[in-house]
Order: sequence, then C-alpha cells, then structure tokens
Amino acid sequence: MAERIATKSENIILDVKGMKKYFPIQKGLLRQVVGYVKAVDDVSFFLRQGETLGLVGESGCGKTTVSRTIIRLYEPTAGTAYFQTSLFSADGKPEMVNIFDLDKEQMKRIRREVAMIFQDPINSLNPRMSIFDIVSEPMVIHGVSAGPEMEETVVTLLERVGLRKEHIRRYPHEFSGGQRQRIGIARALSMNPKIIFCDEPVSALDVSIQAQTLNLLQDLQADFDLSYVFVAHDLSVVQHISNRVAVMYVGKIAELAYSDALYNDPLHPYTEALMSAVPKPDPKYQSERLIMQGDVADPSNPPPGCYFHPRCRYAVDKCRTETPEFRELKPEHFVACHRAEELKLKGV
Amino acid sequence: MSEPLLEIKDVRVEFEVRDGIIRAVDGVSYTVNRGETIGVIGESGCGKSITAKAAMQMLPKPGKITQGEILYYRRDKFDPSRPTQLVNITKLDPDGELIRQIRGGEFAMIFQEPMSSLTPVYTTGTLISEALFLHRKIPVTVGDQMSQKIMQYRPVTKEEAREISIEMLQKVGIPKPHERVDAYPHQLSGGQRQRVMIAIALSCQPFMLIADEPTTALDVSIEAQILDLMRELQESVDMSIMFITHNLGVVAEMAKEIVVMYMGKQVESAETVSLFYEPKHPYTRALLQAIPKIGRRSGERLASIKGMVPDPFHLPPGCVFHPRCPSFMPGKCDRIVPTWKEAEPGHWVRCLLYEDV
Repeated sequence: MAERIATKSENIILDVKGMKKYFPIQKGLLRQVVGYVKAVDDVSFFLRQGETLGLVGESGCGKTTVSRTIIRLYEPTAGTAYFQTSLFSADGKPEMVNIFDLDKEQMKRIRREVAMIFQDPINSLNPRMSIFDIVSEPMVIHGVSAGPEMEETVVTLLERVGLRKEHIRRYPHEFSGGQRQRIGIARALSMNPKIIFCDEPVSALDVSIQAQTLNLLQDLQADFDLSYVFVAHDLSVVQHISNRVAVMYVGKIAELAYSDALYNDPLHPYTEALMSAVPKPDPKYQSERLIMQGDVADPSNPPPGCYFHPRCRYAVDKCRTETPEFRELKPEHFVACHRAEELKLKGV
Repeated sequence: MSEPLLEIKDVRVEFEVRDGIIRAVDGVSYTVNRGETIGVIGESGCGKSITAKAAMQMLPKPGKITQGEILYYRRDKFDPSRPTQLVNITKLDPDGELIRQIRGGEFAMIFQEPMSSLTPVYTTGTLISEALFLHRKIPVTVGDQMSQKIMQYRPVTKEEAREISIEMLQKVGIPKPHERVDAYPHQLSGGQRQRVMIAIALSCQPFMLIADEPTTALDVSIEAQILDLMRELQESVDMSIMFITHNLGVVAEMAKEIVVMYMGKQVESAETVSLFYEPKHPYTRALLQAIPKIGRRSGERLASIKGMVPDPFHLPPGCVFHPRCPSFMPGKCDRIVPTWKEAEPGHWVRCLLYEDV
C-alpha cells in the first residue's frame, strides 16, 4: 500500500497544527460564559498540492467547523494554519503564511486563493441575482476584471462546468439542483483558487446527478491542479474522490490515512464501526454488523479519556481515563487510539 | 405462497396545475405481500412517495387518482376469524370513516424529516397517546359462557395510554423511557426523534408500515440502528413494509422485492438479488453503476447518466428514458411506448430491448 503514489507532488500547500475552535455557551442576563462547545479540539493535518483530503464523520463532529475556521468564517481559538502563497512575498516566491495571523485586509486578499462550495445549492445562491452576477461577484469584489472581458470569463466558466452561454441572464430558481451546484462550482472557480473547501457538495443531489458532479470535480482538479478539502458524511463518496481521508469524532481526528489504507485496514475502532454501518448495495453481502450503541458524545460535555469509549467495543480501563495521542503508527497513517497496535480491525 | 395485503393496479395520479397536467404516477402496479418488505427506489420526483400517499388517500391537492385501483385485503383487526374484506381504496372518500380507520390504524407511515413531522408543542407521550386514542382498543371480557368468552373492545384510558407509550418507547430503544415520555421533540436527538416516529407508527399495531426515506436525514451509525430496529419489529409483529428510498444500499439490505421508478412509471421490478445481479432496464443498470461503492478502489470515474430528468410538462415521446439511455435505439425508443413485460419469471421490465418491435 505504501508504494502507491496517490498524489502528484509532495508540495504541502496547507499545514494545520493544533487547531481549536470553542464556541462559548452563554447563560443568563449578563451572558456569562458557563461552558464551551469544543467543536474542533486540537486538529492537525496537511494538504498537498493537487490532492483531495476527505473529512468524514457523523453530524456534529466538527467537520464543517474545520473548513470554516481555516478560511476564518469562524475565528480560531488556537492553532496555526500555514498556507502556501506568493501574495505577500516581496520577490513573488511562494512562502508559508499563517492564515490565523492575517489582518482583515490580508484576509480579503487570501480569499482569492481559497474558495468554498456549499451543501445547499438553493440557499447558497442569492435568488435576486442573475447567474452572471453570482459568478462574477468575486471578480468585482477583488477588482480583477470588468466589462466584456469579465463576461467572457463568466461564459468560459459556465461552459467549463457544463452550463450554456444562454444561462447567463437567468436566475437560480430556473435551474435544477444539479445545475445550481454547478453554478456554485463556477463561482468558486472564478478567482482561480488553489484550494476549494467542498462542504457536502453532493449530499443534496440525486444519484445520477451526484455522479456527474463528482466527475466534474475530478476533471476540474486535473485541469487546474486544484486541492480539495472534501467534507461529507457519505463514506463511499469520500473514498471515491479522496486521496487521503480523515475520520473525525467529536471535534478530534480519530484516524487519517490514504484512503485505501483507511478503508481496507482501519486502525481505529470508530472507523471500523462506521464502515460496517454503511449499507452495502449488494443483497448477497453477508457480514456481521457492528452496531454502535447510543448517540454521538456531547461536544460541550465530552466523556473523560477517549471520547469514543462509551460506544467502543474494545474499550479498556485506560480508554476511560487517558486521552489517546494522535500519532503516526504506520507511515502516513495517523490514529488516536490506545489499542491501535494490538487490535485486528476489519475493513471493507 | 405469500398472501397479498395491498394490490396497486395500473394507478395514475395527476396534478392539474396552471401550466397543464402533471402525470406524477403513470400506470404503476405492484403488490405488497403480508409480512414482506417491498422497496421502491427512484430519484426525486419520480413519483415513489406519491404512489404511497395514494394508497393512504393522502394525496396533496390538487392530486387525483384518475385511473386504476388500489385493493386492500382487509382483515378485521380485532377479530381475525372474520373473512378478509376487499376494500378498493381509490373509491373511498378521503375524509370518510373507513379510510380514517385504515390510515394510522392499519397502515402507518413514517416520514423522512423527523424534525418537521413531530409537533413541537406536544410531549412524546402525548404524540403517541393521540394515535392510541384513535386506533387502539383494549379487549375486555363482558360475559363468560360455558364454551366461549364474549369479548368486546373499549378505547384505551389515559393511564393505559401512558403505559403503552412508555412500553413503545422502550421497544424502539429510547433510554430512560419513563423520563423521555415527558420530553418535547426538541429535547431529543435526530435518531431518537425518528425512533419516536416509529413508536407512534407501530403503537397501533398496523398491518403495513410505509417508510418514506426513514433514514435519509440520519447518520450511518444511527441509520444502522433504525434499520435493525425495523427488521426486528417486523419479525415480531408480522407487518409488511413499503420502503421508499433512493439509497440502493439500504434497499438491498431491507427489501425482498424492489420496484424501480422513473418519471412516474415503474421501469423494472424483481426480487432483490435478481435486480442487483441481473438488472435488465438500462436505467437500473446506470443507477447501480453511478453509485460509488465502498471498498472499491478510489480514483476511477463513475459512470454517470447523461443529461437530466426531463421536464414533466414536456415528456419525451416513446420511452421517457430514451434521451438519457445508453442503449437508445433510434427510430424505436423515441416512437414506441414500451409495455410492462415479464422478461423472466418474476422479473418485470418496461423496455423495448425486451420486446419484439
């Protein structure tokens, strides 16, 4: 598995270390802070140029918060996120810049290079703006283009994502869900970004449209050398599109590895249970279902030790008291579990 | 030999709107057998939910059943010795006494959105009791003769309803049912809300459960719990399930038989194994290829279905799937409407590939 070359380059373009995002819980008239929801709690990962990193987990595990915090839609509580850019260097050479240290003006500039695609193609497009306005808005804001030249760019973008020239004056309600998602993708591409954060881009789409959209994302990645952070809850979609996958549980990364390694030889019991829970589209598939009991832990009041221990079938005393360290057990295979070495877990 | 419970025969549902008539369901026929699970799959807007709603006489306005019949083999719930009655649901008044007994009491339904289908101002106990007061009867012995007891049924009382509610909550696996019976929907998690929905549906011991995308809004771990629960409960009460979903994985696990729908028409129906291993209709094949399969190597391209679902006001002539079909035969598929044919024993398909034209 290790010899497989899954990414085109070793060039790390985003390096996140120890990122935390706590949301305060306020109570009473004086809005006193009585606790914190630890939505993202000490998350570290990196992203290489041209690769796709999948982020999976159940709802409320913090996968969306991770992507929103990196582009500072939320202010981070702690940590660093180094991003490779030449926007601020004097000699035009790319350098690593900590996104969390930038001021408002610099942040605006860096947003050219990081774009986002949202889950809900209906609510993420302004119904009062025509497709031309929506797709060209980033170019207007950054003042990079105007007039007929901008219109030409918009048409090129629309055609690139599989829409037609005559769509340019129409409004979002005139399009189907799959087409709206394409408009969202065209908007994300308009500033020529380096990284696109895709937040559940296909979960609102039908199967046949989902396949078209996933293929489009892969084609665009190859054409423009894009890097994706792909957030989704559908494990099969994430495996399909990602080079590497991070499994999150209650604000922490439980396991991170190349997608084949993660799906075939998981090292974390949560990954194993999650895989076994996915209904397989094969009526002859017989396998013992590992049903996780109970619900996801409450991020404002997580259990002591390993957050997963109340639902884990392999939990021992150590798991109930000590927080496991996120470590590299095999090359490029990170896991946060005390018993990762001894357990023989089953993949799919 | 399995015994039919509900027979949907050549049903057509039309919506007359300002821009014309939409034929949401067009000539759909399938049978739900007693104690078995039938899966209905298709993309959004294909008419799978509307068919189920027609079976409950719950069509949203201005929907009307304009053709066909829905036959219900009605057994007396309280006296199984009485002969099975044949009820034609399409003929019933949607607000009539009989359909109101059937709806909820004999056919129960669970919906996709557990958040929006539970009234936020009532506790779970009240929500379950409401169904119990309407549909559940308690047997009482009114006389004791030499040979037989004379039985009668009375409505449940408030205390009994609370007790049954707690028992139901326990059955669907909600922790601390004694406390949760007084909880409001917003105090429960998504999975628990869906469990409450199931508890309401099953509290009246229905003959059939219509599950309309019951796990789509849930996480995989919760989905697995709910599917297991449904299977377990089905075994214990001998209930039929009509499982409507777009998730092929879920349907492979749950259903004995599958009906595939596209643009209001059923395009294929077969036993689950035969449908997954020998799909006949190009649409079914394309659907099966379009889903990324877990465990398969990443990086390959998915086979996608070209184009989009057509506009319901301007349906293509001939076979409705022909503009997207990989096996399109020019001159045939765009002219001749395929018929519903049995291509192999038990395997029905609507496609010109299996007809001599």
